[in-house]
Amino acid sequence: MKSIFDKFRKIAETRQALEDSGVDCFNVVMENIISATEAIVNGRRTILAGTNNYLGLTFDSECIDAACKAVYEQGTGTTGSRMANGTFSGHLLLEQELGDFFGTRSAIVFSTGYVAILGMLSTLAGPGDVILLDADCHASIYDGCRMSGADIIRFGHNEVKELEKRLRRLGERATNALIVVEGIYSMLGDRAQLADIASLKRKYGAYLLVDEAHSLGVLGEHGRGLAEEVGVEDSTDFVVGTFSKSLGAIGGFCVSKHPELDLIRYASRLYIFTASSSPSTIASTRTALKILRTRPELRSRLWDNAYQLYERLRDMDFVLGPEPSPIVSVRLASKEQTLALWKGLLDRGVYVNLVLPPATPDGGSLLRCSISAAHTPGQLEHICEAFASLRGVTQAA
Amino acid sequence: MQRYEDILAQLYDAIRPFASDGLKLEEHTDLVNDLDLDSMKVMNLVRMVEDSFDISIPLNILPHVRTVKDFALQLQKLTQEGP
Repeated sequence: MKSIFDKFRKIAETRQALEDSGVDCFNVVMENIISATEAIVNGRRTILAGTNNYLGLTFDSECIDAACKAVYEQGTGTTGSRMANGTFSGHLLLEQELGDFFGTRSAIVFSTGYVAILGMLSTLAGPGDVILLDADCHASIYDGCRMSGADIIRFGHNEVKELEKRLRRLGERATNALIVVEGIYSMLGDRAQLADIASLKRKYGAYLLVDEAHSLGVLGEHGRGLAEEVGVEDSTDFVVGTFSKSLGAIGGFCVSKHPELDLIRYASRLYIFTASSSPSTIASTRTALKILRTRPELRSRLWDNAYQLYERLRDMDFVLGPEPSPIVSVRLASKEQTLALWKGLLDRGVYVNLVLPPATPDGGSLLRCSISAAHTPGQLEHICEAFASLRGVTQAA
Repeated sequence: MQRYEDILAQLYDAIRPFASDGLKLEEHTDLVNDLDLDSMKVMNLVRMVEDSFDISIPLNILPHVRTVKDFALQLQKLTQEGP
């Protein structure tokens, strides 16, 4: 007899095999959070090197005070969507502050980063439009594209010539095509070839959306992301980002120079039909944004730490992502090696992200470290020593 | 409009490098099961076919493509309509 759960059989088998191997990698519990970079995991004090907490603001005292004050003054939740009772003055102030930061006319705050990209793509593009996306884009981008009903055309990761070929083939349709790329790609930590892509966008009259989820607060003189770093903000039609990485909270946003962005509020089901962010989240995010703008030394520290880890692991002959970045990915030859290295690190008090196919760009397996400005020299040393002690795992046949 | 037979012949040429030695390509050849293509290989095959026909193939049509014939019919539609 058929069961509705039959489709999950393969997942159940894979999960069982992982449990049997003694590596329960998808059920890690942070039993006690000590700081932005440390927690108790399996009863052990563990350095967190896989949290996307780039500026280390989750325990910033100013952010915590702002969140606490908001809870006392405005309650624990909004209990409604932005369109109904869920727009508090803080939501609008955050939108104004984001607009001011990016120098754009419009900004919309969504409830999560995932919802922001899904809401923007699924609403902005529709049947008859074309989305051109980089093959390495995040799953949320693929999901948003699918929901849009637009024709989805993929180009090879950072293959600018492939993108141009696809724009040329579109002919007149290129003027309602939306190119979608990421500032920093989440798996390997490399950047979009944004200067060239923006130049193609201008040449063919298309639109450009940059997801700066991993580059907000990380790239650019003022921390606005890759578009700022390479000087193409004028050519960037939409910037989407998240509060759950460098800003240490949860939520997402889109900013745009197009005043029509405001119309998305009335058309996006992801904006209309989900509860808005709680007042404490909005309050800590506003404070974190202020810190991002006023403390550039956090960005410098983050990059110092990122370079240090990248160079140390490279010197140990680990195969890494193509360029130094706060995402340092170690590419491994097999799933077994990856699991063994991941478990070895955790046993040595270091947590990193385990990424297995199909979540990886090229079907390989990798360990993804994300570095924080809050990592101390001692913690970085501990992470490096843990990797060094496990070098043999990856050299095994 | 390109004739179906011509599209099919051109498609066979693009697919052949992905087929194992001795596999005879036919209209009912299943692209995933008979050619044993994983998602990376499918992506590469799509790129090869795109370049061969100088068209872009939207991802949206791929769920409707199972056999060589399905692919050829979609290509006929695309070459007629433009990407």
